[in-house]
Amino acid sequence: MGKPSDLVQGTLDLLILKTLSLEAKHGWAIAKRIQQVSGEVLQVQQGSLYPALHRLEQQGWIKAKWMESETGRQAKFYSLTAAGRKQLEDETANWNRLSSAINVVIEEV
Amino acid sequence: MRGWEMLRMRIRMLLRRGRESRRLDAELRYHLDRQTAENIAAGMSAEDARRAALRAFGNPTLLREQSRESWSWNGVESLVRDLRYGLRTLLRTPGFSVIAALVMALGIGACFALFTVVRGVLLKPLPFKNPDQLLMIYEHGSGGDLQKPLFGVVSGAMYAEWRKHNHSFSDLALVGYNESNLSGGGEQLPEQLHSVSCTWNLLRTLGVHPALGRDFIASDDQPSASGTVLLSWSLWKRRFGGDPAILHQTIHLDGSPYTVIGVLPAWFAFPGTSTQLWTAVYHDNPPNELTNLGNHSFYVVGRLRDGMTPAQGIADLSLITKHVHDQHLDNPFVGMAANARPLLDDMVGDFKRPLLVLLAAACCVLLIACLNVANLLVARSAARRKELAIRSALGGGWLRLLQERLTEVFLLSSVGGAGGIALAVSALAWFVRVRRDMTRVASISIDSVVVAVAVALVVFCALFCSLISALSVRYTKALAALNETSRSTTSGRTRATLRRTLLAVEMALTVILLIGAALLSRSYQRLRETDMGCVTRNALTMTIDLSGNRYKDRPQRVNFYSALLTQVRALPGVTAAGFVRGVPGQGYMGDWGFTIAEHAPLPQGRMQSAISLWADPGYFHAIGITFLKGHTFDPNRRLDQATQAVVSASFARQYLPNEDPIGKHIQVDNRKYEIVGVVGDTRYQAAKPVQPVQYFPLYTGSYDYGTLVIRSTHDVEQFALPVQRIVQGLDRDLPVSDVLTMDQLLGKSTLDQSFNATLLMAFAVMSLLLAAAGLFGVLSYIVAQRTSEIGIRIALGAQREQVLRRVLLDGLQPALFGLVLGLAASTAVARLLRSMLYETQPLDPTVFATVTAILLLVAALACAAPAWRASRLDPMQALRTE
Repeated sequence: MGKPSDLVQGTLDLLILKTLSLEAKHGWAIAKRIQQVSGEVLQVQQGSLYPALHRLEQQGWIKAKWMESETGRQAKFYSLTAAGRKQLEDETANWNRLSSAINVVIEEV
Repeated sequence: MRGWEMLRMRIRMLLRRGRESRRLDAELRYHLDRQTAENIAAGMSAEDARRAALRAFGNPTLLREQSRESWSWNGVESLVRDLRYGLRTLLRTPGFSVIAALVMALGIGACFALFTVVRGVLLKPLPFKNPDQLLMIYEHGSGGDLQKPLFGVVSGAMYAEWRKHNHSFSDLALVGYNESNLSGGGEQLPEQLHSVSCTWNLLRTLGVHPALGRDFIASDDQPSASGTVLLSWSLWKRRFGGDPAILHQTIHLDGSPYTVIGVLPAWFAFPGTSTQLWTAVYHDNPPNELTNLGNHSFYVVGRLRDGMTPAQGIADLSLITKHVHDQHLDNPFVGMAANARPLLDDMVGDFKRPLLVLLAAACCVLLIACLNVANLLVARSAARRKELAIRSALGGGWLRLLQERLTEVFLLSSVGGAGGIALAVSALAWFVRVRRDMTRVASISIDSVVVAVAVALVVFCALFCSLISALSVRYTKALAALNETSRSTTSGRTRATLRRTLLAVEMALTVILLIGAALLSRSYQRLRETDMGCVTRNALTMTIDLSGNRYKDRPQRVNFYSALLTQVRALPGVTAAGFVRGVPGQGYMGDWGFTIAEHAPLPQGRMQSAISLWADPGYFHAIGITFLKGHTFDPNRRLDQATQAVVSASFARQYLPNEDPIGKHIQVDNRKYEIVGVVGDTRYQAAKPVQPVQYFPLYTGSYDYGTLVIRSTHDVEQFALPVQRIVQGLDRDLPVSDVLTMDQLLGKSTLDQSFNATLLMAFAVMSLLLAAAGLFGVLSYIVAQRTSEIGIRIALGAQREQVLRRVLLDGLQPALFGLVLGLAASTAVARLLRSMLYETQPLDPTVFATVTAILLLVAALACAAPAWRASRLDPMQALRTE
């Protein structure tokens, strides 16, 4: 088994979008959340988190706002846009199709 | 919605880049701090906690870069950064930058200016409707010889036949060149203008409408019609204040009334830029001049029918011409076929080759300039090798470094290009002013195509220079470079070879330019040394035209001429004066066919002709044409009694060989002239061979146009005003034009050759300087780089002469190689110049030898200084500079 952080290509975007679907979060919280929910299996490399966040922002899936964080400091909070919500649905559907297809193959052979 | 969001994001990223950048930093810092805080909570020491957080985080700078890369405009940002670096690098070596930009400015400027001229004069289509269908048509062959003339002017009668019987032209128009005397009125002086007599359909044939008023109609173009005239835009503006009320007004041309019916558009210039008036040919000329098959004095413009080729058109007209010719076998002056060329070729054909040669020369200059800059860059990149090696060792990508270099060179060539274009614009203004003689010079303008070419030139220079200099650097051999430069030894071989090759190419191009320029200069020199057959110093000429109502009768003309000459000769300081139809160098004034009365009649269809000039008895003395035999006309024999003739030596040789010309009679039509003198040969144009001339007495009064010649012992220009006053005193409506000394007149007629030779020489000298500078620069650089090596050699006992010789050879080698290459290429190029050369062989050995000597001398001089410096090196000093 490879390192726990090895995310399947292209799934980071999906994970970020999903994490943001409940509430606005800042970068550190997103990483933490993914780690916790996945039971420490998925380690988000910070090296790819921020470039991904900025890319998603440029594409208009998420938007950012500077707000006071739980520690009282200003932090950049990301939240989903309407287009991002739609994108999340699409990507989830895609992922489900892909993973079930993979499952079928694994179980058959 | 999302599109709008993205656009908003993009604008924010462009306008608030600084703030976004700071925010990114804050965001990343926040993350680090949170991680550190968590680590501390987990029981680490503050120091360890921070280090662990950083470790998990990775390289913050890289992370920041990667995040930024997702932002829009990243390319722009890196370009701006490169520009800043480039600018800083260039400013650090201002000497290099200024020289390189100047060199590029010269190259780009020369190329751009000549391209603009070539486009304006040669490439732009004529501004007429479907200009491809327009042909200029000529009669071809006469007197049994089909080759002479190839493009002969057309007789009105032949035109009438063509127009009536052809099937391939939608229209044919007749054009005759004139000078018209526009009478003064009110405050204005009379003036002499270039005008055109044309058939009424000329503008229709060209597809042009007057800007104001109406075109000619068929009924204007008849002997019985009243005079009508079209004005050029510039004449209308200048002389009539641009007042539309001029329409339907009457002006006087040569004393006859003409009604102004229209004004042509400002851009219209046909047949030449100097044409100011257009009148109707059948109204202006007596009918017999237009029905005489032998009176060749017109040009014919034709528009082909749709789908007809020029060849079909020529064949059609040739058939008609042949038919007419066969019906008039007794008239040897009828053309035997028709010939034609595209109107554009006809108008600019004479300038085509010289302009293309100059453009090619300018391209060579540009290439040399680029090679020079590339050479400088190569030398500099060699100096920056260490820096580049370190940067590539630190992970600077090859492409990234190349991009930076490209940006730097682009900056250089853009600055150079801007300078060059500024240079070119003023050069073009000068060109248009100086070359008024060139047809279509007015259509030279800077348009979008020309601008595109300018941009292309800048891009080409930048790519060319940076790629050549990039070729010389191998980023992969970083270690070797670091080793090599750590102790300055001789640099690698590749770079030296590249630089030598560049130098050799530069030298070769320079040799070609020098030889071309030298050939043209020599030809021009020969041209100016041509013996015109007269004394050109201290002679003043001015043109007078009596073709007006006041001089309809021959006695009136004779009285005018004799009164004028008597008064001019009486001016103190004037040693002689004469009047003639055409001084040497003024051009071909037309010829007449004749027979010698004492000879047997010529066989049918054969003819003999000679240039015909009318001169007063004192002309030969005034212009300095010597009498070989006999004497001049008897000044007392006038009008019908003036039946003497003078012939030139070549006339006597050709038509009266082995006999005494004196006493023989020339018969023209029904008039007989007794030959009383033989004079020396003259040339009607400097570059043209001597032709037989027959002089008839001015005092027959049959000619109404000519040139007054005034001779003095010194300062002949001072008589221009007094003589004009005499003319005004005789007739206040009579203008005097083209007041020129003989030397000015000849200079004007050889303007084209002089201009081409001078400009090409300027280009050649420029490239010689560039090549010499390149040689000097590269050699100096090599010597500087090899300082320690040479120091060691000298310390070990090498003779200073030996060092001197070695360095000299190092520099002269590429020069010699380039010279041989250039000489070989020149033999081919010189052949292309053949048609532009006058009495000069393309492979003139003097020219080749001189150019070789000059190039070797300049190359030796360029190499001498660095070689001398190398041989004077103090070994201690050299080794200490390490």
